[in-house]
Amino acid sequence: MDLSAINPVLLVASLMVAATPILIAAIGELVVEKSGVLNLGVEGMMITGAIAGFATAVETGSPLLGFFAAAFAGAALSVLFGFLTQIAQANQVASGLALTLFGLGLSALMGQSYVGVKPPQMSDIHIPVLSDLPVVGPILFGHDIILYFGIALTAAVWALLKFSRAGLVLRAVGENHDAAHALGYKVIRIRLMAILFGGACAGIGGAYISLIRVPQWTEGMTAGVGWIALALVVFASWKPWRALLGAYLFGGVTVVQLNLQAAGVAIPVEYLAMSPYVITIIVLVILSADKSSAPAALGRNFHASR
Amino acid sequence: MIRLEKRPQPSRVWSMATPLVAVLATMIAGGLLFAALGKNPVEAIRTIFWDPLFGEFAFYYRPQLLVKGAPLVLIAIGLSLGFRAGIWNIGAEGQYIMGAICGAGAGLAFYPADSALIFPLMVVAGALGGWAWAMIPAVLKTRFGTNEILVSLMLVYVAEQFLASVSLGLLKNPEGFGFPGSRNLQSWDAAHNAELITGTGMHWGVVAALIAVIFAYVLLNRHMLGYHIRLSGEAPRAARFAGVNPTRLVLFCLGTSGALAGLAGLFEVSGPSGQISIDFNVGYGFTAIIVAFLGRLHPVGILLAGGLMALTYIGGDIAQSNMGLPSAAIQVFQGMLLFFLLALDLLTNFRIALSKPEVV
Repeated sequence: MDLSAINPVLLVASLMVAATPILIAAIGELVVEKSGVLNLGVEGMMITGAIAGFATAVETGSPLLGFFAAAFAGAALSVLFGFLTQIAQANQVASGLALTLFGLGLSALMGQSYVGVKPPQMSDIHIPVLSDLPVVGPILFGHDIILYFGIALTAAVWALLKFSRAGLVLRAVGENHDAAHALGYKVIRIRLMAILFGGACAGIGGAYISLIRVPQWTEGMTAGVGWIALALVVFASWKPWRALLGAYLFGGVTVVQLNLQAAGVAIPVEYLAMSPYVITIIVLVILSADKSSAPAALGRNFHASR
Repeated sequence: MIRLEKRPQPSRVWSMATPLVAVLATMIAGGLLFAALGKNPVEAIRTIFWDPLFGEFAFYYRPQLLVKGAPLVLIAIGLSLGFRAGIWNIGAEGQYIMGAICGAGAGLAFYPADSALIFPLMVVAGALGGWAWAMIPAVLKTRFGTNEILVSLMLVYVAEQFLASVSLGLLKNPEGFGFPGSRNLQSWDAAHNAELITGTGMHWGVVAALIAVIFAYVLLNRHMLGYHIRLSGEAPRAARFAGVNPTRLVLFCLGTSGALAGLAGLFEVSGPSGQISIDFNVGYGFTAIIVAFLGRLHPVGILLAGGLMALTYIGGDIAQSNMGLPSAAIQVFQGMLLFFLLALDLLTNFRIALSKPEVV
């Protein structure tokens, strides 16, 4: 065992990479839940985004195009969920589960010919002086562009929800859809747009795993990250900045346990590998006492009878 | 203009008909999918749904129907109780794994003893293992209000890692030449969940599944607890006023579904699969969710749905070896089934009415 082999600077830098897929997916789901919809299909949309982005990047040679394809694929899958829950009035929990089961199968089917293929690399940005700074450089200025996109997205969603009229309407729909409907807002339409946004974000998050974090394609490679993102929304009490904090916490746990595995700590590998899931549960328990910040209409379907 | 009108009561006719329509719709959509994969759709559908039952080698496949259907039915019956009450245990896969580990572990502790008590002991340990694993989300939910969906699902990943750990360590076959995986229970008579009637596929798991169906039916239709379960799902407020104890209900529903999933795992590992190995579980815990919904959360419906889903597994295997249909295609097929079912449920709860646009 050699703990000194772990480089703290690289650790923090890789922590940010590990956190990004969870963060982007969680921010998307946060918006969906703010509109009063619980979409449990994040895992399915992520894995579909992962393979769609991977396949597109391999075929076109452009990782960026891959991310666009992933966003599209995630959104396309979320349309199914939107149709089921908003138009066909199906149970949201069941529909979300269906989306995950379907997405896992679909991605395995699409990905058959991509196992073992190496995707084109996404280059990290390089700012002449800043990126070369000793400690701060690799941590703050040496990442790929999607990582910064994730942070920008967090800020944008926070600002949108807090300061804009659109954010206010979204929150109103999520808190009390009957009142929002009575005020003349199109509840179903607003929720559908939120679901689409959530799907696109989950897709991007998935593609980040297959294109940058790992980078390769294996069946079921998201391994519960979508579910952790769902837990993260609860953890964050539906606040974007706390989602960022939470994502870095989970990213940190993942990276530290991987580093410990590599360093050959006396704890068996399997127990280290289960730690992110166990910690998710523990954090959920600690934070679930306070439910006051959950959108009041979360998980309830809206049907205008007249 | 087409308008949806909520029915005062769910339509009984549509409630029975939607699973059938959903299966037909899935066959059509699945056929299109298979055609897109370059396979003959008619042949593929026939291979999946007809050949295992009436084809040339049906004598071999028919017993498989029981072998694959039993765990699905057993797990789905447990899940349906919770789903009816709005308690969502989606971690049956983890409870299945833990049941198998505990059951097999309890048996292997007495290897190579030869006692008639070993198998019953394993059954009890299997059920307890699944129960205990399900009690984690149950207790966390009742004590701290933690979301049982997320906790039960997270525990699946924990259980999978634990399975890897025991099959490489604690339960590894000492005479296995270093290969991962436990001793083969099939070659140890005291622990083998053998076929009760040779050549039928009928093992103790099938018996347990049938008993579970009957018990669930009686519970839901003739027992106060079953009434409380239904009441909590359909009218939570009324249930509160009627004095239903939600804590007890959560513990009961999650505990029962966990114990049944654990039993399914034990019967699988001591019978068809034979040993604890890293990948002995094949996702029955997740497929059972589809089975539960396809069976309308009704015990008899679940029995039929379990048979149908077992058919897609067997037929999928045949189509894979004969036609080169990828195994993931069957997974997509099963997922589509749930989609169609949920979408068509609209017709159960709503009436589609044509109305003239109102003059404002």
